Amino acid sequence: MRRSLSYVAGFVLSIILTLVAYGLVSQNYVQGWTAVYTLSALAVIQLLVQLLFFLHLSRHGETHTRLMLFDFTLVVVIIVVAGTLWIMHNLHYNAEPIEVIEQQIIHDEGVN
Amino acid sequence: MSHDAVLAVESKPSASSTKTLVTSLGFWIYLMTDCVLFATLFATFAVLRHNTNGGPGGDELFSMPYVLTETLILLTSSFTCGLAMVATANKRRNWTLALMAITALLGLTFLGLELHEFANLAAEGNSWRRSGFLSGFFTLVGTHGLHITIGLLWIGVMLANIVRHGLTASNIRRLSLLSMFWHFLDIVWIFIFTFVYLVGVSGV
Repeated sequence: MRRSLSYVAGFVLSIILTLVAYGLVSQNYVQGWTAVYTLSALAVIQLLVQLLFFLHLSRHGETHTRLMLFDFTLVVVIIVVAGTLWIMHNLHYNAEPIEVIEQQIIHDEGVN
Repeated sequence: MSHDAVLAVESKPSASSTKTLVTSLGFWIYLMTDCVLFATLFATFAVLRHNTNGGPGGDELFSMPYVLTETLILLTSSFTCGLAMVATANKRRNWTLALMAITALLGLTFLGLELHEFANLAAEGNSWRRSGFLSGFFTLVGTHGLHITIGLLWIGVMLANIVRHGLTASNIRRLSLLSMFWHFLDIVWIFIFTFVYLVGVSGV
């Protein structure tokens, strides 16, 4: 009984989070970087909801080891994704024609 | 016998439950490596997102009500898969079969919608060969679709197995791994829905 309640709670919360994210975008409430931050936050909340209510991860009991492995994987995932974006952005920045780079340096670093 | 010794005897796990713990941990490690696979594909997609080579971007290509339908169908299938596990825990064989069959039908509908979307894009000349953006899109979303296909095959095998042998200890163990796999695929989809589709039509 407690188990099925946990699935119902996870299902309802996930639907609400999905519809909120969808509504924010389709009604144009968020745009640009605000949209990226808001939608990322909603996705992470839904991730936590499903880890808790669907996969029953917990610091106690037999899923403790799984949670530790998940934490480790999270670190690897963040390094892979953030590292890739950082390196590729930097390459792109430096691969522009020299006139553009000069303008960028004047604009970004305040060098004249 | 001291009190501690009694506890130790009572809590000593049976061979079957130890096996369940070990296999589910092993399967979890596989799922974590799959997370890393998807992370590399997400990173690739994010880098290539604006490289449309003069072709259409996500805001022109994606039909959001269509994608929302896909999302809700997959989410519902994750829910029915969870309910099937409750039925399994209660030894309700027919409920397990029915709920897993519903899960498979919903998964099949999701896969059909996704293939239909892919076919439409390709028919309009926007296949993976069109631009870096579309290569990244088809690789990421297609890899998820491939996982769904494998999951559907697994559900089919599992249903046949339960019909033949019932809810034996090994079938229950396999079902619990299958449900982990299916929930995991829904979690990956949250991020595809968010970063490919929602950010694709509204973001920077």
